[in-house]
Amino acid sequence: MSYRLSKQEVSGLFEKLSEKYDIYAPKRVKNAGRYSETDIIQYAKISDISEVVWDEKSTYPMKEVLSPIQQTIFYFTEDEYRESKGKTRPMLIFARPCDINAMKVQARIYAGNGGFVDMYYQRMHELARYILMPCSGGDDTCFCVSMGTNTTDDYAMAVKPLEDGMLFEVKDEEFAPCFEKAEKAEFAPEFVKENELTAVIPEIPDKEVLNALKKHPMWKQFNGRCISCGACTIACSTCTCFTTRDVIYGDNPEVGERRRVSASCQIDTFAKVAGGGDYRTTAGDRMRYKMLHKFHDYKARFGESHMCVGCGRCTARCPEFISITVTLRKMNEAVAQIRAELGR
Amino acid sequence: MTNYVQPKPYEIISVKHETDIEYTFRVATDIKPEHGQFLQLSIPKIGECPISVSEQGDGWLEFTIRKVGKVTDAFFEKKAGDVLFLRGPYGKGWPMDEIRGKHLFVVAGGTGVSPVRSLLNYCVKNEGFVKSVSLICGFKNCESVLFKSDLEKWNEKFRAWFCLDNEEHEGFHKGFVTAYVDQLPLAAVKEAGEDYAVVVVGPPPMMKYTGIELLKNGFAEEKIWMSFERKMSCAIGKCGHCRIDEVYVCLDGPCFPYTVAKDLVD
Repeated sequence: MSYRLSKQEVSGLFEKLSEKYDIYAPKRVKNAGRYSETDIIQYAKISDISEVVWDEKSTYPMKEVLSPIQQTIFYFTEDEYRESKGKTRPMLIFARPCDINAMKVQARIYAGNGGFVDMYYQRMHELARYILMPCSGGDDTCFCVSMGTNTTDDYAMAVKPLEDGMLFEVKDEEFAPCFEKAEKAEFAPEFVKENELTAVIPEIPDKEVLNALKKHPMWKQFNGRCISCGACTIACSTCTCFTTRDVIYGDNPEVGERRRVSASCQIDTFAKVAGGGDYRTTAGDRMRYKMLHKFHDYKARFGESHMCVGCGRCTARCPEFISITVTLRKMNEAVAQIRAELGR
Repeated sequence: MTNYVQPKPYEIISVKHETDIEYTFRVATDIKPEHGQFLQLSIPKIGECPISVSEQGDGWLEFTIRKVGKVTDAFFEKKAGDVLFLRGPYGKGWPMDEIRGKHLFVVAGGTGVSPVRSLLNYCVKNEGFVKSVSLICGFKNCESVLFKSDLEKWNEKFRAWFCLDNEEHEGFHKGFVTAYVDQLPLAAVKEAGEDYAVVVVGPPPMMKYTGIELLKNGFAEEKIWMSFERKMSCAIGKCGHCRIDEVYVCLDGPCFPYTVAKDLVD
């Protein structure tokens, strides 16, 4: 069912919902941008609906709500491990289709891979409900249509802000009671049908072509360009890698925590083992590893879809202006060349 | 909900100094891993790392650890009676069904001897599990030789070639393990119309060149297995560090058929 609420009713609704739910949305953080007097838009808990940023893509992805950049998984006291208690309040999260689809990727890895369900992910996932927010097609880095992630039906409610109120589609029965007295309306969410950018994903038919692509000189150009800062993976909607790190509290070395901290395959220590053995020693190797995960390896393992959801945040955040879609184009050319040479 | 990354405390029974930088820790536990599997070992406030099981017995496991980093340095401070934290076992071990009843060839180098030690000792204790064992075991020099008493035992029970990379020493050949692959009695096994399995573990270049040498000498690639070492944070397919292509070393390995291993380019 769909409804139309006035501005005042909307405020009242979210005030009421916030009694039970923590509400998260893309929120403007003033002057926190990379350049002076620029802002970032980041997911955070909101206390008023007016804090939601509707008309701009968030700088960082929604995944941060469920799998934060840093979280404590154990507390140590002397020789004991105590599991962190984590959140208990359910969450309502404003999100666009790309970010909601990215959660399927997170689930496939955190709650599926190898038959192990990661407790820290799962307990957050079970608390999350999504409010679909409209997307006007994103910016000049978006390519969700090419990745098939421009639509979703995985939401509890869909909304569309109006000058004088808001339209709601209520899918999850849990929220129906909030709309008993509301004015009914005709509303179904509209999805982006076209982006400014399109991306074509190269077809890699077998291991021989894959391994030839790994050796292709196209990756060498990144040795000079990519500075291995990891900005792309931190901004990525779908990256899931982490490292565990133990910390002790400065004034009492008997007490500390084990933390899970986001890791980046673009940083040179990602694959390095304690004995010094390393497996990807150049920026080009690491770029190749990331690109192939997003556009080949993930699909080879899990089937269905590619890992990348086309949110374009990696391109938007790269300080060296490396574009994922341009890199894809180069991959396509390299694969075509290799396939011609091998006669595939 | 099960927390798969929750470690539990176990008491250290003994610490044996194999070399100056490699100790074997025997830990009291009822965990029963397969040969070739690994566990996550940790010390709270220091960290956690994957270590393969180097031997197992009734109520204990052994881990042979090289002092190479922050976490392993902290292990070296531990003594009998102290506590280590374990979780696991993880991954796929050696393919016992592919080895049973056949001739076993093992090529191992350096700390790579650890992940095959329990398999080799299993063959010693269970006569008839395999028809024969031929073993090439290499170390850098005589200071880095591990498991000396096992080597003696293996020398008695198996056909064995022990070698040191760049040193002459009594009881050892000089040279890399790859130099002795052509001496493995494959021809006799084939002539008798019998089957075999090959297990290779060691540093990546050693495994790469051993693989090439094995194929050159007529070993069939589908009868070869290799064990990989990669960085890991979780051991349950979440942290991503050990992934190569669509393969996760922690889940699909560490022991891989060569037919898979040969195509895995990091």
